[in-house]
Amino acid sequence: MSEIILTPKEQPQVPLEAPNIKPDVFAGKTIDEIKEVEINYGNDTVKLSDFFDVEGTPGETAGEIKIIIDGDVSNTKRIGQQMTAGEILVKGNVSMYVGLEMEGGKITVQGDATVWAGQNMRGGELEIMGDAGDYVGSSYRGDWRGMNGGLITIHGDVGYEIAEYMGGGKIVVKGNADHMPGVHMSNGVLIIEGNVTSRTGGEMSGGTIVVKGVIGQFLAGFKYWGVEKNIQVDGEDIPGVFYKFTGDNAIKGANGTVYVAVAGNKHVAPE
Amino acid sequence: MERIIKNGVVYCPLNGINGEKMDISIKDGKIVESVSDDAEVFDASGQIVMPGAVEVHAHIAGAKVNVGRMMRPEDSKKDAEGTVEATHRRAGSGFSVPSTHMTGYRYAQMGYTTAMEAAMPPLLARHTHEELQAIPILDHAAFPLFGNNWFVMDYLGEGDIDSCAAYISWLLRATKGYAIKIVNPCGTEAWGWGGNVHGIHDTAPHFKVTPAEMIKGMAEVNEKLRLPHSIHLHCNDLGHPGNYETTIESFEVPKGIKVNPATGSRDTVVHGTHVQYHSYAGTSWRDFESAADIVADYVNKNDHITIDIGQVTLDETTTMTADGPMEYDLHSLNGLKWANCDVEMETGSGVVPFIYSAKAPVPAVQWAIGMELSLLVKDPAKICLTTDSPNAGPFTRYPRIFAWLMSNQYREDMLENKLHKWAQKRSSIATIDREFSFYEIAQATRGTPAKVLGLSDFKGHLGAGADADVAVYNMNPDTIDPSSDYMAIEQGFQKASMVFKDGELTVKDGEVVNAGLKGKTFWADTQVEQNSYNAVLKEVERQFVKYYSIGFKNYPVEDEYIAKSAPIKGVML
Repeated sequence: MSEIILTPKEQPQVPLEAPNIKPDVFAGKTIDEIKEVEINYGNDTVKLSDFFDVEGTPGETAGEIKIIIDGDVSNTKRIGQQMTAGEILVKGNVSMYVGLEMEGGKITVQGDATVWAGQNMRGGELEIMGDAGDYVGSSYRGDWRGMNGGLITIHGDVGYEIAEYMGGGKIVVKGNADHMPGVHMSNGVLIIEGNVTSRTGGEMSGGTIVVKGVIGQFLAGFKYWGVEKNIQVDGEDIPGVFYKFTGDNAIKGANGTVYVAVAGNKHVAPE
Repeated sequence: MERIIKNGVVYCPLNGINGEKMDISIKDGKIVESVSDDAEVFDASGQIVMPGAVEVHAHIAGAKVNVGRMMRPEDSKKDAEGTVEATHRRAGSGFSVPSTHMTGYRYAQMGYTTAMEAAMPPLLARHTHEELQAIPILDHAAFPLFGNNWFVMDYLGEGDIDSCAAYISWLLRATKGYAIKIVNPCGTEAWGWGGNVHGIHDTAPHFKVTPAEMIKGMAEVNEKLRLPHSIHLHCNDLGHPGNYETTIESFEVPKGIKVNPATGSRDTVVHGTHVQYHSYAGTSWRDFESAADIVADYVNKNDHITIDIGQVTLDETTTMTADGPMEYDLHSLNGLKWANCDVEMETGSGVVPFIYSAKAPVPAVQWAIGMELSLLVKDPAKICLTTDSPNAGPFTRYPRIFAWLMSNQYREDMLENKLHKWAQKRSSIATIDREFSFYEIAQATRGTPAKVLGLSDFKGHLGAGADADVAVYNMNPDTIDPSSDYMAIEQGFQKASMVFKDGELTVKDGEVVNAGLKGKTFWADTQVEQNSYNAVLKEVERQFVKYYSIGFKNYPVEDEYIAKSAPIKGVML
């Protein structure tokens, strides 16, 4: 196992874009070569070593490389973009698009992420210990084909429209979600352990959403099926008592499922 | 400034030049017989030289193109490039609906130097011209939409050709428009009431006029005004199985009207556009099949018509048309996002993304129908190659279409390995082994479009007096075999080795090197009898006060909008 440690120098005012910070690019390179890897600083192309100290032991293949970003990179975007193997550990916050279009391997962020974390994810694992912003695991803006594989776990809270156009894979949010989680979702699993502000699963056509906390304003397009105990979702047992709904019937032929914990949610079940 | 392009292999159909090795001389932006020894020399030995290509029908500027750009950020992601300071090239993005500058660059890179915007809502003419001005390099024109215009529908419903001619003469000047575009006549108006018309003898709600009367009346007006282009007709029932009968009936309507352009050498009275979409047999998508053979046969037997193809390129693209009801049908079919626009008393439009998947049965047959039309119409003087960009595919795919047409082997590979079996079963494409020559490609992309547009005095050929728009391709006709080297053909046409626009070197080795050039705007300038004109204008002004959202005086596109105005004269008193 190779460990390559990137220690951030002074934080830039202008954002860095660093899709090249991933094991796939570092594989087969010496430490000196890794220092030369290109990143974007505004509209300039600069070297990784302009903003990071690089040390550690290089590796031959992506799968054996673990990149440790030892500090806060809250103004660095696109870390781990399209990575296929290996590991990235960020000991701080990250900016937008962490794990964008990621296909394999694992990214762990110990701090917070901003918007578009895991956009269009295909596979692998993205874990954020803090909060994440809007559009976690969503599609590219305008596209109707979003995340279709992999696992995203957010330990804190998330913003608007997470899992937008999700077509596969799994997202687990330990905290709360804001408006419209799972909007346009067609497949996959979204589990929210905290509360949801409103409009869970708006225009969803398939897939499953589980909300364990209190659900705010719910949509009229869902059909109520009754109460189910100890449900099973995607092979996983989820203990508890849930109201079951399907919809959103605002969409023709929709067949999505929403489970909402009975506790605290009497307001969403019909009399 | 004198220049000479030496030793190229020249294809210039309008002058009957078929692969002759010769020099092309340029002086002050025009082709001339000869130049002095001081001329700057460009070597084109072993390369193909053709006139700059002419796009007869595309959607490149204006309201619905911009709606397409706005509603499809995911399309922008697929093709994007940054600024190139050295050649003044600006950044841009978009695959099926590229931004304005990129539109100019992409056309120029393929050797296109003139392009028509095929659907301009008159009320939105300013916006259309603003965008055309922002497209560099290309000479251009825009066709105002008349097929659902309330004034035209009223005049032709009453059979008042003279008033209709006066109105169209005014509107062409007011919008700096070039030709009479007719889209689903009466149908888009019916869509305002949630309906459509079916066939050419149905009337629009609240009007007393049929599509047939609209087509005939406007064809008569066209020749009365002596316009350079013929009427440009998008028939009723686009994209509906069984529509070929409507198509042929529509083409038959203007037959017999005397061709009478004031300029150019046009000898036809109707141009049928994107006919691939109008050559369908069957009664539903289940028994859908090609009727391209019947339509091609009609075109072969009649001399009053030219067509363009609307070839499906099997890409993910953005459909956009003034045919509002058809776009709603498409949205209902594929479930993707849909935009609809209504333009007051004039027209409407819709926009829907579409994926023409080779593995799906219907797109495979649509591909085959386009190929059949191109190959079964015997005389390339009757066809223009188009994709109705971006409807059947983006214009950047033209080189691939040329390669398909030039290589039976390429088509066989498509049929055997890429396309759904319906392409073979539901059309005759597998039985056609004709291959286009370079000369025929030049006809269908240069000579024919220039002639039918009425621009052949100075576009689409390399004779003395023509604009010095020249494309040079790094392919040697003596050594290349298009049948088997079809990928080289595709690459060769994608990036011209040199393109001259008005005599200036604009593209070199496939890259735009002179991005600052501005194109000319062609528009149709006509004069009709003054009394009739004044009476019509008075009525138009009254209707403006009553119905329009803008004032009559704010309607016309002022001269300041047009950087290089190039009026083409029709009838003059």
